Amino acid sequence: MIEVESLTKQFGTKTAVDHLSFAVNKGEVLGFLGPNGAGKSTTMRMITGFFPPTSGDAKVCGISIVDQPAKAKTKIGYLPESAPLYRDMTVLGFLRFCAAIRGLSGRAKKDAVERAIETCSLASVAKQSIDTLSKGYRHRTCLAQALLHDPEVLILDEPTDGLDPNQKHEVRQLIKRLGQTKAILFSTHILEEVEAACTRAVIVDRGIIVADGTPAELLAQSGSGSLTDLFRTVTTRDTESAA
Amino acid sequence: MSSLTIYKRELSSYFAQPTAYAIIVIFLLLSMGLAFSFGNFMRVGDSSLEWTFFFWHPWIFMLLAPAVGMKLWADEQRTGTIELLGTFPVSTGSAIIGKFVAAASVWLVALAFTFPIIITVNYLGKPDNGAILAGYIGSFLVCCTFLAITMLVSACTRDQVVCLIVSVLICVTMVLCGYDDFTRELGKAVSPSAVEAVVSFGVWNHFSSLNRGLFRLQDLVWFGSIILVSLLGTSAILSAKRS
Repeated sequence: MIEVESLTKQFGTKTAVDHLSFAVNKGEVLGFLGPNGAGKSTTMRMITGFFPPTSGDAKVCGISIVDQPAKAKTKIGYLPESAPLYRDMTVLGFLRFCAAIRGLSGRAKKDAVERAIETCSLASVAKQSIDTLSKGYRHRTCLAQALLHDPEVLILDEPTDGLDPNQKHEVRQLIKRLGQTKAILFSTHILEEVEAACTRAVIVDRGIIVADGTPAELLAQSGSGSLTDLFRTVTTRDTESAA
Repeated sequence: MSSLTIYKRELSSYFAQPTAYAIIVIFLLLSMGLAFSFGNFMRVGDSSLEWTFFFWHPWIFMLLAPAVGMKLWADEQRTGTIELLGTFPVSTGSAIIGKFVAAASVWLVALAFTFPIIITVNYLGKPDNGAILAGYIGSFLVCCTFLAITMLVSACTRDQVVCLIVSVLICVTMVLCGYDDFTRELGKAVSPSAVEAVVSFGVWNHFSSLNRGLFRLQDLVWFGSIILVSLLGTSAILSAKRS
């Protein structure tokens, strides 16, 4: 459902993403791993149509994000890295706005907002201003926004970042559950999450894929049975790349 | 359709925070205060309101219009919500239009609240209400022009204060260029053709004729083209920032 074909992004002379290709099918949860600055967020921003790629293409449900951005965007639910929100709105107001902008109205809009609030357990804060919410709730509000239109493809940029262990667990369970019927691409730094929620994982480093496989395959590849070891061998460290 | 959704959100955001109220109150205090003090409203007997009331508007707008427009894109960029907006199935163009019209609506409300002065002149004398309407249209066009310029500046920066200072500087220049006292002084220093070039950047030529109740195509084209170029420029800058 997500087909990334030789996607490349250059900022000036720096190549952030270098001819990246992979695919995510329906019912698959792909973990997107890599050190900071490896090009994970940039790749996600290109797939969601926020950044135009320098070259290459990404197809969502067969629709090219380069040629038909508006149509492709309707198929995607996206949680940006820092979970940005309009802080002056209430949770309910914000979700209604997002539903309206996705073209929902009347009964369909009301149902979509209610469903998203229920899925993300936001009922207790629905009428509260987003400004007053804790980080966990803000994160879940932004996640609810991504689920509103029941998209076939979910792209989540570090969905568990900054959450407490309970919240992390809940989000992982949610990803796992949603992954049964959708194609999910999510990025993370936390390697246990790969085993907990992913059906497959790729590790990117400096804009290219350095490892790809199911969690079991990656564990076998590591030799020592530890994803951390594999991660450390296949990726470059900050200090090395600087040297 | 999506412009309308964005328009509603922006407008409610202005009125959910103190911004709009503060600006409207300050505008009313200044416009009425200046009309009754320096404008000598009670002694001059200017029932067209040309010199006593409308004359002051560009001076007020050059400071207050940027305060309304500064958040439009600067805030989106600072909080990262631009990433949400950029991945919703809406074009940048419709977002720009929605935001611009929302900011203009705040000013429409502010101008509408000056209605007591119309009642007053109609009570005290026999004014040409058509000319007063033309004055209002002129005022509103000056305001929209300043808003469009502020929007262009706000697309360039994520810092609202920088946006405010730069836009006020541009608007002040546009008010001073073409103001008689200023051009007279300028005429002593530079050649008449240079003065003419400077004057063409000023709002007075176009504002004054409307203020006298004169609808000239060239004035509407002048206002319209500055607004259009600023909005197109905003779109170009926002796109350029992503690639």
